[in-house]
Amino acid sequence: MTATKSTTTKRAFTAASFDQYLNEKKLMGSHCANCDANFLPPRAICPDCYDDQLEWVELDGKAKLAAFTSIYIAPTAMINEGYGRDKPYVAGVVELDDGVKISAQILGLDAANPEEIKIGTPLQAEFIERGEGDEKRTFLAFRAK
Amino acid sequence: MSKKKLNRGVAVVGAGMSKFGAFSDKSSRDLFVEAFQSMRKSVDKEFNPADIETIYIGNFSSDLFEAQSHTAPIMADVAGLAPRPAVRIEDACASSGVALRQGILAIASGLYDIALVGGIEKMTNLPTAEVTDTLAAAADTLFEVPAGFTFPGFYAAIASAYMHKYGMQPEHLMNVAIKNHENGALNPNAQFGVTIPDWMQGRIASAKKKGKPVPTWSDHWDYLHDARANPMIAWPLRLFDCSPITDGAVALLLVSEEIANQFTDHPIHIIGSGQASDVALHDRDDLTSIAAARLASQEAYAMAGVTADDIRVAEVHDCFTIAEIVATEDLGFFAPGDGYKAAEDQVTARDGAKPINTSGGLKSKGHPVGASGAGQAVEIFKQMRGLADERQVAGDIPLGLSHNVGGTGGTCVVHVYERRN
Repeated sequence: MTATKSTTTKRAFTAASFDQYLNEKKLMGSHCANCDANFLPPRAICPDCYDDQLEWVELDGKAKLAAFTSIYIAPTAMINEGYGRDKPYVAGVVELDDGVKISAQILGLDAANPEEIKIGTPLQAEFIERGEGDEKRTFLAFRAK
Repeated sequence: MSKKKLNRGVAVVGAGMSKFGAFSDKSSRDLFVEAFQSMRKSVDKEFNPADIETIYIGNFSSDLFEAQSHTAPIMADVAGLAPRPAVRIEDACASSGVALRQGILAIASGLYDIALVGGIEKMTNLPTAEVTDTLAAAADTLFEVPAGFTFPGFYAAIASAYMHKYGMQPEHLMNVAIKNHENGALNPNAQFGVTIPDWMQGRIASAKKKGKPVPTWSDHWDYLHDARANPMIAWPLRLFDCSPITDGAVALLLVSEEIANQFTDHPIHIIGSGQASDVALHDRDDLTSIAAARLASQEAYAMAGVTADDIRVAEVHDCFTIAEIVATEDLGFFAPGDGYKAAEDQVTARDGAKPINTSGGLKSKGHPVGASGAGQAVEIFKQMRGLADERQVAGDIPLGLSHNVGGTGGTCVVHVYERRN
């Protein structure tokens, strides 16, 4: 287990807290001490024992690719980032060494040649900033190592 | 699993639908009127709409598609059914499969004897990018959508995991599309009721007519491999792996078993109903199967006292070709990893051992998301009563099944139907 427990002030287990941590370049999940289980996205309630006394845990972002696609018909938000038919991008499900999975954009792979992409490819979490001013937001991504 | 039972029997005695397609001059209420009238015509004996006691309408997002919320009472009104209670059910693409279940539960509870179940969706008012965004709202908008996932993208990711685990190739998926278009070509209500070979010939004829260079596809497989004719949407899913954007409506008449023979001598009894939920795709242990579908079908089979092998025809949720393959495994028709082989071997064809999506499925018939689940019941009703015309499956059909999925399987609802005479 490479995760380390946070000793900082306890934040609510909300998506807003998760995003706030992303802004601080931290990938944070929640941890149930009873079940010794990590959750990403962070859960407020353990789905196994229903305990609500969970703790934040920082994940080291080491992962591997569990499933993926190369997207050619993009949603509006990704079209605004310059993606689309002529510039596909990879979205995937990644499995972290800490035993949790998450959806994320995958960087560093050849999206135009998806048949060459291998499930199991080692990945590392990366924080990408999009938008300007008040719209600025940090997104979780993973990059092939 | 504990065996859940209905307090009393429920039967479908009427089932109708609008034509599925793109209708710029029709709103969802116009389509619902068509479906309602089609349902009335399907009832064999005398039926007075005034006898309907309660209404359940499946609809995903009239809010975003038509800027119209609170749609259930409007559907009641246009059918002349106000002031009866009308409830809208939203469970993404499983909305009207769940509406059907709610109608069943309402009758089984003893509160009502006669229920109208409907499904509506009017999707083609919006440009494709906005439709994609609206459908994406059925995913987790906080943790899945920011990753850039689209609905074709989710199912493509499922396909990638399935190919990795079982050795399937993208070409295998095309068998599902070819088969469903063959079926849909025989369904007058289908949006794209044309076989893929005929579709290809249409493109060739159109090029000749316009004096453009005539394509040189050797056959429909060649056509499906052409990136211009069948462009990539989300690898490995191409255009012909995806169900279309559709307008459509459906209406079903449900009654308690005791009074079913007042409406028809051939009621279709609903003897099994199961529903389950699942976590986000990324949170699942197995990305090649939908746990909610397995659970919902097990619950439905247990209630019905039947097994997967007993089912003669099934309509399954083929929003994408890979979804049909996974569904046929989750329902227990084929072992995990065998679904794509069954499609390749024509087992799921209309004259195969396990006919799947004789209506053309969502792929060819169309996928007006909130109406699709109830639409599956229309096909089962027709097939089991021998009224499916050119696409009728041969022989007796004592048992049928419908399988309706919302999102990537966040919701799944399964029904088992029985014909007794």
